[in-house]
Amino acid sequence: MNYTYEGWRGFEGGTWTSEINVRSFIRHNYTPYDGDESFLEGATQDTVDLWEQVLELTRLEREAGGVLDMDTKIISTITSHGPGYLDKNKEKIVGFQTDKPFKRALMPYGGIRMAEKACADNGYELDPEVKEFFTVHRKTHNAGVFDAYTPEMRACRSSHIITGLPDAYGRGRIIGDYRRVALYGVDRLIEDKKQQKETTRSAMYSHVIRDREELSEQIRALEDLKKMAASYGYDISLPARDSKEAIQWLYFGYLAAVKEQNGAAMSLGRTSTFLDIYAERDLAEGRYTERELQEMVDHFIMKLRLVKFARTPEYNALFSGDPQWVTESIGGVAIDGRHLVTKMSYRYLHTLENLGAAPEPNLTVLWSTRLPESFKRFCARISIETSSVQYENDDLMRFTHGDDYAIACCVSSMRVGKEMQFFGARANLAKCLLYAINGGVDEISGKQVGPEYRPITSEYLDYDEVMRKYDDMMRWLAGVYVNTLNIIHYMHDKYSYEKIQMALHDKHVTRWFATGIAGLSVVADSLSAIKYAKVKVIRNEAGIATDYEVEGDFPKYGNDDDRVDSIAYEIVHRFMEHVRKNHTYRDSIPTTSILTITSNVVYGKATGSTPDGRKRGEAFAPGANPMHKRDTHGAVASLASVAKLPFIDAQDGISNTFSIIPGALGKDDKIFVGDIAVDLECVDGACSTPTLFEGLDEENS
Amino acid sequence: MTQKGDSVVKGYIHSRESFGTVDGPGIRYVLFMQGCPMRCLYCHNPDTWNMSGGEEVEAEDIIAEVQKNRAFYSKGGITVTGGEPLMQTEFVLELFRLAHKLGIHTCIDTSGVTYSPTNKEYLEKLDELLRYTDLVMLDIKHIDSAAHKELTGRGNENILLFAKHLEELRIPMWVRHVVIEGYTDNEGDLLRLGRFIGGLKNLRALDVLPYHTMGVNKYKELGLSYPLEGVPPLDKAAAERARFVILRGIGEVRKKG
Repeated sequence: MNYTYEGWRGFEGGTWTSEINVRSFIRHNYTPYDGDESFLEGATQDTVDLWEQVLELTRLEREAGGVLDMDTKIISTITSHGPGYLDKNKEKIVGFQTDKPFKRALMPYGGIRMAEKACADNGYELDPEVKEFFTVHRKTHNAGVFDAYTPEMRACRSSHIITGLPDAYGRGRIIGDYRRVALYGVDRLIEDKKQQKETTRSAMYSHVIRDREELSEQIRALEDLKKMAASYGYDISLPARDSKEAIQWLYFGYLAAVKEQNGAAMSLGRTSTFLDIYAERDLAEGRYTERELQEMVDHFIMKLRLVKFARTPEYNALFSGDPQWVTESIGGVAIDGRHLVTKMSYRYLHTLENLGAAPEPNLTVLWSTRLPESFKRFCARISIETSSVQYENDDLMRFTHGDDYAIACCVSSMRVGKEMQFFGARANLAKCLLYAINGGVDEISGKQVGPEYRPITSEYLDYDEVMRKYDDMMRWLAGVYVNTLNIIHYMHDKYSYEKIQMALHDKHVTRWFATGIAGLSVVADSLSAIKYAKVKVIRNEAGIATDYEVEGDFPKYGNDDDRVDSIAYEIVHRFMEHVRKNHTYRDSIPTTSILTITSNVVYGKATGSTPDGRKRGEAFAPGANPMHKRDTHGAVASLASVAKLPFIDAQDGISNTFSIIPGALGKDDKIFVGDIAVDLECVDGACSTPTLFEGLDEENS
Repeated sequence: MTQKGDSVVKGYIHSRESFGTVDGPGIRYVLFMQGCPMRCLYCHNPDTWNMSGGEEVEAEDIIAEVQKNRAFYSKGGITVTGGEPLMQTEFVLELFRLAHKLGIHTCIDTSGVTYSPTNKEYLEKLDELLRYTDLVMLDIKHIDSAAHKELTGRGNENILLFAKHLEELRIPMWVRHVVIEGYTDNEGDLLRLGRFIGGLKNLRALDVLPYHTMGVNKYKELGLSYPLEGVPPLDKAAAERARFVILRGIGEVRKKG
């Protein structure tokens, strides 16, 4: 079938015209940009006014104790709330989750208790009828999970050897391909989904029934999306015709998702280079100026900064703050060798200057050695000035995910619209090591949580014995962990299905089964201490090992020392091998991540003393970081240790939280970026930034 | 691995930093050499003074460490500082020779105190080393020799000759100068310093550092009394003012030129 739309005028054709294929559209139509940032425009008066309004509301929200307003009665759906505005006449891009900004929506499908607590903890009372409805008449994801949990799973959960499980809140980590809304218009997407439904198998196996039911839900969600847009005065049935519409259509798609789901990460995808194609066409046609384009982007990003969810203090403790993880992936390199940096990549990052620094949206640069030099420098400058840019290794991820993947949350990479993830929180491998030593007895509660294997009884720990027992205990943990997640994702699909996000996916979706590891550096150092120093076990009166004395020194993870780095590698690899031995829900592909951002504090609290000398309750290092103050060879050695971990086993991501005071990044920006060539003879103005060289020429001229 | 014999030159280091950002351009692998003949009153690394001791290393191993994380150092390189790196010329020569084979940028951070224009054997060795040196950061403690002696225990004649020697060899040079209230902040001296370095064609940058007291604890740990007890750390603005005085000196010379 041939499609021609006004919105497609001037675009180069390709497979994208006959099938839903945004990547093909981008490849055929985008313009790589190698220049610098000099074309960028500052904030308009409307932008300044709106942002001041936001700052004022933010102040009021803070004064109100963290929440300004909350819906306690209307269940949030794509169409539940009428249009909301900051200032209708000034906003170029519109749409809020509820009928006004800063009002948090009620989303009980993940779990009614969590929704109720989120209200109560913030001084609101959940409507009793809603509570009754979701307790008696309509089951939630949370209720479903607890119906199916085994006693062992519950024990693991309460002893925190498995932690942070998405069994009472939305799992998130799914990225709808929101670009499809702009490129194809909703009618075409509905048509495609209808066709998918017509072509399912006709023998009604349970998975076929599920597919058909889900496709019907997706189609309804797309119809709702149109209604929601209509309430703002936009008809989004057809493809967007210019930049403003493209941004708006795309944002409506995303908005529908955050109206429907309070997920642990609600990421945006990889939209900047896609939108740049519209901007380039508008500039060529004289439809919009650079100033107008930047204004639209500023307003769009402003909206993304205002995504809010109702959450509890415990949730905020686990995730440290109230993150939405509106991650947007920028840059990277295409399979055909061209880089994917466009002017729009600059415009997105430039919002950090026009609106000021902010953690959301989580602007993530897909870094490659082959990015254009001027863009690298621009990123470095924005980073230094705003501390608000995240970087990820495109050269590493492109290899497995191609050139149209995006990051969900902080590090989880997935092909947009083609892959999704079952988020799985973390297994506490440090605690698992203690279980290996204590024969499955929890070192804090004294309860038999793990299998009753023979404990270690010697006074000093023997490396080979510990490794053998640790391997057995990891096998057990991987089993109970994966099966717990199987229940969780089955129930989430059943009771809290992400309709609109999945409507913006292909029919055949690759599902990643994400597990996670906490406490890696504690384990690596512990095993290193056992191997290279002497570790004496201190037991309590019940015979449980509760503390350790380390005699002598040992190599520590984080110093680029293969003796211990190889242990860290081995642990990740072995644990993943054990994970792979298990059945995973819905033909998903198991993977793992090493990326506790700050929940390392919570995990550490729940873990007894470890053989590396860490005391009971002390925080773990975040993610794959070396333990605090144990990396003594400087940052490069520390990063090199982390870089040795096997990405093939931890494809869901390896994080290294790295903070640095500005002074430690060199006293001079030019010197830090290696510009030794600047010399005393530089001519007027060439040394205009304050550097070690400044003044030498002025005095000379 | 190649066989290592006793003939291999050993270096003695105090410590290393794999992410050095304040000792030369870019990100640098910094070796703090053990041992220094100077006793600067304001030294913040007194733990590097002792000529004996230190961790024994071989150039080849250091290069291997740099090489395996080479991506980090693409715009930086290796810096040897100390202590006084030119106390271990043979080791640094070996290190830099290997570095240059691999195209790694090399930098020496030195006081220049070991320079001796009359010692032929020494000069030969030094010039060989300088052939493999991309940048010298020369720390001129004081332009006046008597004051220099008071401050460091040695006169500055050879140090200034070293600067000229570097100029002759066209080795790019950054000059560093620490400003201490009451010791190195005399305007006339700063001007003189400016006039001196302004005449050197190889000068590439001027780094004026405010005196700080972060070394005090190290003296305590070493059981030494702190010579500058009571001298306050200098604020940044004062260092900036001192810098402009030196610049004025440079300007005077260059206008004439």
